[in-house]
Amino acid sequence: MTATVQVSDVEVGTELPAQGFQLRRLDLVKYAGASGDFNVIHWNERVATDVGLPDVIAHGMLTMAEAIRVVTDWCGDPGAVVEYSTKFTKPVLVPDDDEGATVEVSGKVIELLEGGRVKIELVALCEGVKVLGMARAVVQLS
Amino acid sequence: MPLNVDLVGKQYPPQVYEVGREKIREFADAVGDDNPAYRDVDAARSLGHADLVAPPTFAVVVTRGPQISVIDDPELGLDFSRVVHGDQKFHFSRPIVAGDVLTTTSTVNSARTVAGNDILNIRSDVADSVGAPVVSVFATLVARAVEG
Repeated sequence: MTATVQVSDVEVGTELPAQGFQLRRLDLVKYAGASGDFNVIHWNERVATDVGLPDVIAHGMLTMAEAIRVVTDWCGDPGAVVEYSTKFTKPVLVPDDDEGATVEVSGKVIELLEGGRVKIELVALCEGVKVLGMARAVVQLS
Repeated sequence: MPLNVDLVGKQYPPQVYEVGREKIREFADAVGDDNPAYRDVDAARSLGHADLVAPPTFAVVVTRGPQISVIDDPELGLDFSRVVHGDQKFHFSRPIVAGDVLTTTSTVNSARTVAGNDILNIRSDVADSVGAPVVSVFATLVARAVEG
């Protein structure tokens, strides 16, 4: 593994470049196909509203997949991620239009660990509401 | 049927998953991630990987089958129609790469009922062809209480 970021480059509070990720219905369908998660609430509005949701929602795992890109793009090697965890606090509602939903993800280093590892806190917001809770990644730096 | 909390510790038959380059590329496309380490073997090798590296959350593709064996276990009594995904955790020993032949064993890690909500945690341990650990995946599923 070869993270391009050196442990000497970071300190507690170092911010990772933030990114926005647009999720449209088409993205949900593509993720369903690639992941094998065909749960109907992720593509069918009739079924989503029948079970009490306001609209079709994104797969939690799709939001999680997007959020970690802030870390993998920053550290230079996706293989440097050694831990990644989150709670799913609020669903990402994806309306049937050309815009869909946008998840804004930011991250910062919150702890320096043994052996050149750092812990990163991720914040993921959709329409200003936190959609991931306690999202944390541990990364092995060079 | 309520969640059978006596099943904590139950292990399910291991399942094998072969990691292919095109599946990694398809997954990266689906999440819109153009990282070259997911697409170009030379780019992945320049980072020290044996082949294309998989995005971290690709591990859910590998563990999906074994996890479904738990969810579908009639003895468990999980009402999947009421399930929401509570949380998710990955602990990597090493990244997943194309060419890996992985064996996953899923276990009922915890099961409890709180205020009518059934809360199940499934642990899936993924090992490579020589039995070395690759990743442990933890998923919490919550079957919401029936209202009224």
